[in-house]
Amino acid sequence: MRHAINRRHALALATGAVVATTLALRAGPAHAAKNASDEAIKAFTRGKEPVRGKVRLELPEIAENGNTVPMTVTVEAPMTEESFVEEVMILAEGNPNPGVISFRFTPSSVAEANTRIRLAETQNVIALARMNDGSVFSDVKQVKVTIGGCGG
Amino acid sequence: MADVKPRIKLDKKEVAKGGVIEVKTLVSHTMESGQRKDKDGKTIPRKILNTFNCDLNGKTIFSANMEGAVSANPYFQFKIKPAESGTLTFTWIDDDGSKIQATEQIKVS
Repeated sequence: MRHAINRRHALALATGAVVATTLALRAGPAHAAKNASDEAIKAFTRGKEPVRGKVRLELPEIAENGNTVPMTVTVEAPMTEESFVEEVMILAEGNPNPGVISFRFTPSSVAEANTRIRLAETQNVIALARMNDGSVFSDVKQVKVTIGGCGG
Repeated sequence: MADVKPRIKLDKKEVAKGGVIEVKTLVSHTMESGQRKDKDGKTIPRKILNTFNCDLNGKTIFSANMEGAVSANPYFQFKIKPAESGTLTFTWIDDDGSKIQATEQIKVS
């Protein structure tokens, strides 16, 4: 869905940008979150280089309320005993803690899940999917957040 | 937490072998992220549901590990391909160790 950018949105986005800049200046915690997400990615991929594709992340382009952002993740996988997706991890690098959720699938499930997540600020959300053969796929979506979802 | 009644919705309870059932679950929980501060500026400690399991006859077929970034009143929508008839058990595990549980019967023919 594409939103037309009206005056209200433009103002909200401008405010968001100012907040984001202010946060970027306080680089300490953001840096820590980046390191934590790098570590989480390393633990998840087990040394495999993630390949773009197969996993698809659906998120709104603009989230008015960062407290509850609907998210769907789907993976192209036959979901048979021979070939299925084992685990999907969702990371939000702009959150104080980058970990959001990880789903574990089996041949008795379909590689698709939907939930609602919190996003502190405008940022990239990352999905990583690990197949049963160890290969890792990824997707990234940027979400513009007008009201952050971390309380204060 | 024992008084929390999760809401479970299956799009069908009977399915042919290889068929897919869509599951929707909703449970009441504040999912306190551990990031918020109270009036005195003290951090409110994290208290969330950290694990969700969907088991069929005691075998986990779908599960999730949650962090503080999952919204309050966690909602899931997912699909299962049950191999046999039996009991679906839905379990949420709280940081304090308590559990919220619900069951549904399904038939695979």
